[in-house]
This record gives sequence, C-alpha cells and structure tokens, in this order.
Amino acid sequence: MTQSFRLENVGLVNRDKKLSFKFNGKTYYGYEGDTLASALIANGIHLIGRSFKYHRPRGFFGAGVDEPYAIVQLYRNGETEPNVKATEQELFEGLEATSVNCWPSVNFDIGAINNFLKIFLPAGFYYKTFMWPKSFWYKVYEPFIRKAAGLGVASIKHDKERYEHKYEYCDLLIAGSGPSGLASAYAAAKNGARVILAEDKARFGGTLLTSEANIGNKSGKEWAEGIITELKEMPNVTVKNRSQVFGYYDHNMLVMSERISDHLPKTKKFHPKQRLWYIRAKEVLISSGSIERPIVFGNNDTPGVMLSSAAKEYLKVYGVLVGRNPLIFTNNDSGYESAIEFKKNGVDPIILDTRKNPQSEIVNEAKNLGIKIKFSHVVVAAQGYKKVKSADIAKISDDKEQVGEVENIKCDCICVSGFWTPTIHLASQSGNKTKFNADIDAFVPGISKQNEKTLGAANGVYTLDETLKSSFETGYELSKKITKKDNKISFPNVVEKKSTIHDKFWCVPLPKGKNYKRFLDFQNDVAVSDVEIALKEGYRSIEHVKRYTTLGMATDQGKTSNLNGLQLVSKIENKVVPAVGHTTFRPPYTPVSIGAIVGREVGKHSKPTRKSPMHSWHEKNNAVFVDAGVWLRPRYYKKGNENLFEGSKREAKNVRTNVGVCDVTTLGKIDIKGPDAAEFLNRVYTNAWLKLPVGKARYGVMLREDGIVMDDGTTTRISENHYHMTTTTAQAANVLSHLEYYLQLVWPELNVNVVSATEQWAGAAIAGPKSRDLLQKLFPNFDVSNEGLPFMGYMEGDLFGVKARIFRISFSGELAYEVNVESDNGTFMWKKIMEIGEEFKIQPYGTEALSTLRIEMGHVAGSELDGRTIPYDNSLEGLLSKKKDFIGKRSLTREAFTTEGRQKVVGVIPLDKKTSIPEGSHLVKDSNAPLPNPKLGYISASCWSVEYDNPFSLAILKDGKNMIGEKLFVMSPLKNKVIPVEIVSSHYVDPKGERVRS
Amino acid sequence: MLYIKCPHCGMRSQNEFSYGGDASVKRPELNKEISDQDWDNFVYNRKSLRGKHWELWQHLSGCRQWIKVERDTATHEIFNTLKANEDIS
Repeated sequence: MTQSFRLENVGLVNRDKKLSFKFNGKTYYGYEGDTLASALIANGIHLIGRSFKYHRPRGFFGAGVDEPYAIVQLYRNGETEPNVKATEQELFEGLEATSVNCWPSVNFDIGAINNFLKIFLPAGFYYKTFMWPKSFWYKVYEPFIRKAAGLGVASIKHDKERYEHKYEYCDLLIAGSGPSGLASAYAAAKNGARVILAEDKARFGGTLLTSEANIGNKSGKEWAEGIITELKEMPNVTVKNRSQVFGYYDHNMLVMSERISDHLPKTKKFHPKQRLWYIRAKEVLISSGSIERPIVFGNNDTPGVMLSSAAKEYLKVYGVLVGRNPLIFTNNDSGYESAIEFKKNGVDPIILDTRKNPQSEIVNEAKNLGIKIKFSHVVVAAQGYKKVKSADIAKISDDKEQVGEVENIKCDCICVSGFWTPTIHLASQSGNKTKFNADIDAFVPGISKQNEKTLGAANGVYTLDETLKSSFETGYELSKKITKKDNKISFPNVVEKKSTIHDKFWCVPLPKGKNYKRFLDFQNDVAVSDVEIALKEGYRSIEHVKRYTTLGMATDQGKTSNLNGLQLVSKIENKVVPAVGHTTFRPPYTPVSIGAIVGREVGKHSKPTRKSPMHSWHEKNNAVFVDAGVWLRPRYYKKGNENLFEGSKREAKNVRTNVGVCDVTTLGKIDIKGPDAAEFLNRVYTNAWLKLPVGKARYGVMLREDGIVMDDGTTTRISENHYHMTTTTAQAANVLSHLEYYLQLVWPELNVNVVSATEQWAGAAIAGPKSRDLLQKLFPNFDVSNEGLPFMGYMEGDLFGVKARIFRISFSGELAYEVNVESDNGTFMWKKIMEIGEEFKIQPYGTEALSTLRIEMGHVAGSELDGRTIPYDNSLEGLLSKKKDFIGKRSLTREAFTTEGRQKVVGVIPLDKKTSIPEGSHLVKDSNAPLPNPKLGYISASCWSVEYDNPFSLAILKDGKNMIGEKLFVMSPLKNKVIPVEIVSSHYVDPKGERVRS
Repeated sequence: MLYIKCPHCGMRSQNEFSYGGDASVKRPELNKEISDQDWDNFVYNRKSLRGKHWELWQHLSGCRQWIKVERDTATHEIFNTLKANEDIS
C-alpha cells in the first residue's frame, strides 16, 4: 500500500529510511521518525480498535500521551506488550501490532452488538445486574465480562529484557522540553545549576515544533534545536528524551521512566530496555504543557473526530494529512492554526466557530487565506460508522441553548478544539492545592507544598512571550538561590500572533427528537447520559460519580475527559466547577511497565544470597539446600536415591549413635565489649549474668518489653569485659538493633559496644557420643575431658595452626561442641573434622536432622518462639530471675500472662505410633464436635523420632501443664487428617539432660 | 520516599532507615514499682497524633545510630533531627 496521506517535503520524519511494519497482519510502510499512529494515518488507516463497553469503532484522537483510543497489542523481538499507545510508539523496522478488544476482527466485531443494546448498559449496569446470586460473580459474570471488556493481553512468559534503576540528585529537575522547559533549563544551566531536563517524546521542543511563532530571528523549532544542542554539551546538564516524569513523591523525590530501547527493533547488547530514575531534586519546574479539550457532541467518538492540535502535529511533524476534507470545530483561535496549516498544504478546511464575531490576528489571517468560516455554528453529530463521512451542523443560539436547523455537510474528519487544559498532574501529586481559573475554565496549580513551580501552559499561560519571560526568570532565580551565581542571560524577542478569548462552550445540546450518544470519556465509553443517571440516582461527590460511571478511570486516566465531566456535573448540580472539585491525581501519570518498576530485582537478584564459607564443600557432597532467611543451608546430604525423610533420619540417627557435624555459621553472632557488658547482659536476658566467670557460656532468653520471648541463645564470657553472643539465624539483625536501642537511648550511661560478628566466624557443631574423642584428636594438646572442658565451658584452641574457639554447648541434646574459626579458615576446619572424624563414622547433617534432634529433646526454637509466646509457654520460666529487673519483666505480672491454665509446650505422639502429624494442625478434644470445634492448641513442630522410631511433635497447648497423659485429636482440615494422639512431656529423649553433661 | 537528615551522616533516603516509634516515650527505671496503668502506657498506649510528632528512626544501613526525628505525620514534613543523646526541646 502507498502512503497516500503523506505530504511531500513536510514534516520531520526521515524520508531516506523507509520502514515496513504490520498492523493486524497486513504490511504497511512508514518512515523513520514516525509513530505507529502517524504511519497508519499516512496509510489512510483510521480504524484501530473497539471501545471498552459498546465495542464502537475507535480511531485516533490525539497525537501523544493523552490518546484515549489507539491502544494496541505490540509485538517486538518475540515478546508482546499490551495496551501500547500507537501515538507514543515509535515506528521501527519489523514492528507488528494488532487491535485489542475485538473478536474476531476489528472490522467485524461480534461485541459490537453491545452498541445496539446500549440502552440496557447504562452507568452502574454491572453493579446493578451482576450482583445476584453472589456465587455467580467469580464463576460466570466476571470471566465473561473480562473477556468481553478486556484490553490487551499480558504476556505470561518470562520477560528476557533487562530493566534498570538509577538514583540521581540535581539542583533543578525540569519536566517537559517545550518553551518553558527549554527557557528555564537554559537560564539555570547558564547560571551553573545541575539540571536534568526530561522530555517524554522522542523530539525535544514541545509546541515549538508546530508553532508558527519566531524567537529571536529563528523559527521556534530552530531556536529549540539550538538550545538543546547547547544544553547537551554542558557538563552540568543531563538532557533525556523518551523520558516521562510520572510521579511526584515526598521530599521532592520524582520518578521518571526512560524508554531506552522501545523504539528499536531489538534491545542492544548490554543495554536495558527501560530505566527508572529516582531523582531527588532541590527544585522542580513543571513545564508539562497543556492538553487540548474536546467539545462534546453527538457521536463524537467516531473515527476521524480528533483534537485539532493532533491534526496539526500529524501535519507539521510527520507530514501526514488526517483527512482531505477537514471540518474544524472550535471555540477558540487554536482551531484556526490547524485550519491555516491545512490551507497552506493545499487542503480546504471549513471552520465552525461557536463564537459570534471573534476578532484577532489569527482569525483575520484565516479570513485572508480564503478559508470558509461559519460563526455561531456547531457540529451536532458526526455521521459515519467506521469513519466520519459527514457532519450534521447547525447554527447555535446566542445563549448556546438551542440549535437551529440541521444541515449535513460532507467531511472526512472533524478536528475539535475546546480550548486548553493545563497538565497539572505532577503539581497536584506534589500536594499543591490547585485552584480554578475561570478565564481558562480549568484548574491551575495554586499554593506549593514542596519545592515546585509550574511554568507556561501547565500554569495556564498561553502566550509564548509571557511563557519565555517567566521561565527565563524562574530558571535564573532558582539557580541563583542554589549556586549563588549571577549569570543572567537576556531573553530574545518573540514574534507571535495574538489570539482573542475563547468561548466557554463545551457541549452541544441535542436537537429535538435526537438521542445521539455524546461521549465524555472515550476509552471507558462514558457518555453524558451516564453521568446524568449517576446524579439522578443520588451520587453527588465527584469521586463517587467517577467510580460509579468509570469516568476518567481508563488507562488514559481521563486526560481528555475530566474537565468536561466536571462541567457536566456542575451544570446539572447548578454549581460552579470549583465547588464540584476535581478527583485526586495520583501517580503514575502514564502507565509504567511492571518490569521497569521491578528493575534488576528479579530471580536470584530479588534478594541477596548468603552462603557459609563451607558452601562449596556442601555442594560437592550432594547437599540439598534450603532457604533460611537469605541464607542457603544444607537441608540434608543426599546419598544415592534417598529422599529428605530417609536422609535426615540417617543423619540424625548417626548423631545419636556416633558423631555428626553441622554447619552453624548462619547463627547470629554479636561481639560485646566494655566494662558494663555484664550489667547490660543482666538487663537484656531474663536470667542472672553478673557472676558468669570468664571461660564459661550461659544459655539466655531475652524478652520484648511486652513480655513476649524475642530470642534465645548462648553467650560466652571470652575475657573480663568481652562477651560473644549468639542469636538465632532469623533474629540476628533484630537483636542487634534491639541492643543498640537500649545502649543508645535507654541506658547511654552503660559503657558497652556491640557489633555484628556473624560473618567473621565459621562455625561447626560436632555432636554425638563420640564427639569428645573426635575433639581430642582435633586438639591433641588441649585437655578437652569432662573436667578440662565441662558442659557450658569455653576454651581457645589451636586447630593445626589455626586459632579456634571451642564452646561446649549443645542444641541436639547430645554431648556436643561448637568450634569457631575465622571465616577464611572455615573450609580447612570442616575438612579436618571430616578427615579425622572418619574413624568415628562421622557424617555431616543438615537442618532437617538438626530439627529432628532438637524437637525430640524438647528444645524450643523459632516455631515455638514465634512472637506470641512468653517464657512460661516454652517451659522457660525457670530462667526468670526473681532478684533482678530485666526487659519485659513487668509485663509478665499482667493478668493474661499469669492466668491459671495458660498454654504450654507439650509433646504429642500419635496413638498408632505411625501416622505423621502435619505441622500447624489443631488439637481438639472431640473430633466430631460441631464447627467451630473449640481449638485447644496447635502443632508447632513435627519430626520422626530417631530415638524411638515413631512420630513425635511439639505443640503449644492450653493448660499444657495439666494435660500430660490426656488423649486428644489432631485435626488438619488442609490435609484432611484426623489423628488420635496422646499428650506427653516435651522432653521426649533424655529428660534429665544427662547426655550433654556426660 | 522521605529525605531524612541523619545528625551523623547528613541527608539520606528513607530506605536507609527503619522506623522506631514515638520518641517521647521514656522507659520506666529498672527496679522501680510501677502501676499497671503506667506500665501499659509505656508498652502499648500511643497517641497516634496528626501533625508534629517526635519519633525514633535508626540509620540501619548507615551509621546504625538511633536518632530523633520531628515529623508531621500528615504532610511528612521533617522539621528537626537530633542525636540519641540530645533532648527534645
């Protein structure tokens, strides 16, 4: 197909580079520098998709970010992306796109039957109709509505593209590179400020690209090019195109998405597809311009009806005619500018102006060019289904309430201008209290909350001269404040045509007997009649009207519909627009890819992975790893075809009969030093610490101030004023913060320092009846006998030339030791233990065996110390000192914590001694009781006891103290299990604790 | 994201800090008799003010110091920051 609507020698596209692309399977051609929209219009394509609710044909309405219609499914380099605006997507060789929201095709769309049923689909239709029966919503209504009313289809494949995040700081962030953005950036940059200038389009210059005004002795476009070239060369300036500042957050933090590769057929090697910038700016200048407002009239959603500024942009930037027989419908001078452009390019437009007798330079120019103008005329309705074929026009009365006799005139497009709406989204997001400016019928920024200023059209200033003057001035003033420099540049002379005031006309009344749909929101199919219904039904708040009718809730966020919606509500309510107020602007201003938000934090990069120094040994020895927080720990070491159950049972059994070794590097370790260290520990832990001698370890429990157990572990006195504290793997970071809190804020008089030493030490637990024999061989010159190194003893040893710390502590309940060496020596230590341990039949054991060993010993751990239990619940009340005060002690005297019959940890054995008990199951008295069956407790941890070869669990049970010997039921509705059980002591193995002392 | 002036390190982004609650709460002295009501006020009862509020933050991914921050809970404006040993005026 030829580009029959492309003009010769007009526009900024590169005609030397022809690009082929496919739309709905058909091949077309465009040029480098086109958007998908401009290339399609060049080929005469105006049917792009179907509307959301009524499936009415949809074409193009705008030429940029405000586009409500032309969203497509994009295919690029084997990936697909939904809801891409054709007006924003730059053309590249091989681009493929398809329509969304139509089936089987955009030309013949079955859903369009809704268009003829639309009388049955008024506002709130879904709310009213699909409510009953309730169960139908998920199964029937929702899937059906989603299929019929969906937009694009999200890919469910892994996104292979790379997205990056960047943090940046600057003096001035300037959003938008139109006249105000360029002028303020230039003035500030010349005055030494660090400036970031962001432009969402590929081309810099904004309205200067289509303006006829002259700056200095150059055209607006040439002036913009000169400024940009100069800015790009300045070291204190960052200039970014294809970059949308979409969110204004607290403390002048703005977020910008940069589309680095979306305009290329394929992302370059080592390049990201998009980059998200987090920018902390000292000052922010919002120069986001304004968006033309539509005028509401009958069938104003027909393809071919579009904004007059868009028609001008397609013509001047892309050299593309949106029609050969255009009708311009305007209430202000802007429509004339588009008409003049058509005329200059050999096309005869007709202007319908709602004003009676406007006088201005621009109007006169149009008259002088011989353009046909009908004053006091309106478009009553567009005619044509898939494309505008003609327009019903009429004279409008001076009070704008009545339309005269309707006349039909031929046209192939209707370019609408209802004046301009400042883009105040960023200002509003920053907390700016916006105000209504009656002169322009729109909201403008008011009182700033953060360091933000709005310039030019975004501030309701529509003359170039005034915009440039104030922007130069603001850029200079703000930069002076920051840089203390005083380089002021003189601003150039501006030549522009003067325009006159607009007509506050926004909606064409219906002629008698006609019932045309007049749309406010083009993407969500919200018509004037829908808002009228919402108000009739009693909705008053604009926020409620918005949600009930879905006005402004589509992916374009109502950029072209908000103000006309407000006008309508205020007219019906007989209020002024500011009394109705506008709905809240929230980030993002335009849709942002999820990929860009996530950035590099995908897969393995979503969190750090911590590995012990012995990790590669574990890998080589068939360890199956498990996530323990961010640590990777061996769960068991697989032998042959063993599964987890078999492997962990073998390892645990070997600890009970011979000796095992477990990597305990992940335990939190905190180094505590200072003359008041003992006093500090005495306040932090519930038991007494003042008399712990040097070379001894002690088990301790720490509470939160509310009496709940926070953590447990052993702390060893290394020397007079030096302690080594261990914490559980999961709580290591919290415990350190907790200690710092008390030392810095509560008891600053204590002379103590704490620092994390987790990564400095590699740890190996050696456990089992043969562990002492092994230890003696590891440290042949040291006395590790029961007398030389008694239970809870500590000594420093020499492991074949490596300095080692040896603690006689036990988590497994067996005779056990923990050996720590500096991390770099971890693998050396581990290999020595394995090598020398061979004669004692040593086996490494993982976390699963470790759990088994501690559960059957009744040692509480994370699953019991779960942030809901007090010491009594864990049978730790023996560790509560009566003589001294400690953190959380007072809370333990409160009524709920001292009530008779409080929950306590117990052991649970299935009566058949065979059925495994699922963790998290409930304990009940009667398995057949009616629901809700009173719950007596829950299973906190389960294992297969290797000592007795049957299942054993720990549970937190109501009145656990008096329940030993009771028969109860374990119920797991999730696993559909009911298991009769007996309650026993939590200390299932070695209840007297003789082994650890042996 | 808030921009917080650490009295030790200077201006830093919120993601380096963790929040630590009301800074005006004083822990009762150790080994002192205290009524249930006073203890509950210390542990649980907070005012949840709208407006200016002194609160604790820890510069977790920085100097690890606990600091006091005067912040407006409604607007997030930060008026003042103090070191742990400086008293709220």
